[in-house]
Amino acid sequence: MDAEAAKLLGAGLAAIGAGLAALGVGNVFAKFLEGALRNPSAADSQQGRLFIGFAAAELLGLLSFVIAVLLIFVA
Amino acid sequence: MAEGGKIDPMHQFTVEPLFGTTNWSLGGYNIAFTNSALWMVLALLALWVFMIGGMRKQLVPGRWQAAVEGLTGFVDNMLASNVGKEGRRFVPLVFTLFSFILMANLLGLLPIGIFRPLAPGLHPFASTSHFTLTGVLALLSFGTVLVVGFARHGFHFFSLFVPHGTPWWLMWLIPPVEFFSFMVRPFSLALRLFVAMTAGHILLEVLAGFVVQSGSSGLLWGTIVGLPTFLLMIGISALELLVCVIQAYVFALLTSLYLNDAVNLH
Repeated sequence: MDAEAAKLLGAGLAAIGAGLAALGVGNVFAKFLEGALRNPSAADSQQGRLFIGFAAAELLGLLSFVIAVLLIFVA
Repeated sequence: MAEGGKIDPMHQFTVEPLFGTTNWSLGGYNIAFTNSALWMVLALLALWVFMIGGMRKQLVPGRWQAAVEGLTGFVDNMLASNVGKEGRRFVPLVFTLFSFILMANLLGLLPIGIFRPLAPGLHPFASTSHFTLTGVLALLSFGTVLVVGFARHGFHFFSLFVPHGTPWWLMWLIPPVEFFSFMVRPFSLALRLFVAMTAGHILLEVLAGFVVQSGSSGLLWGTIVGLPTFLLMIGISALELLVCVIQAYVFALLTSLYLNDAVNLH
């Protein structure tokens, strides 16, 4: 396979990682809402943890985006 | 916009010297006043105006004062709930990080490109979309954690790598893992902010390229492709505003969590 083609294919495959991270981020907020509706009085105090989970899930998607950018523009 | 029908989404991140300062140097290093520096100064100016306008100490706050008090109270509350009473000493640091990142993010989204007929090549520059800036901010946060941790606990600070209740037969595994996760912190802090901003700006640029190119290739393509893309762009712009705020919040939140580790161990 052509090296250039392999790079672009790799960048495309990295998009799968970004999509899966989207699922993860959605899951974080969905579960939070689920819990918050069951016990609304405890929800506000857990917002920090919500965003920690969001940040952790999002970081992995951003990393796969970095891989794609590196493959296209740098490698 | 790129010529020849090709979108160049990376052009907007070019750092270039302004006002003929190209050849300024200090000790062999080029210290030209770049557009990145200009937008950082603008962020500081905007923040300064915002704070000065609201620091009035009236008993019944007006709208502006209420906005400033909301911002400071938000950071104060975040540190109080994450670090505890001693966290108040770090309010200035975390407030500076939070508000500077927020302002720099938001200024990077300003639609000043519409004034391009007056000044060619005019475009907003998101200074937080560069790893150099976010890296320095992350090092500031990480360095503070190290200094505070070692100053308060001395070498006892290393007990951070052995969480409470670690069984003895896991001692070979847990400390290296904890150490690794500790050392990765500055990178994850810097990378998250930089990539989130860069990705948003690339996305907006690519969509704007769709709108312009489909619009200039006739009414048919303009209606089929350009109009829906433009509507999508409005939504994405709103999302990007949200991302600006969330990223600044996440940076400040993680900094206060790391400070909690340094102050209270765990």
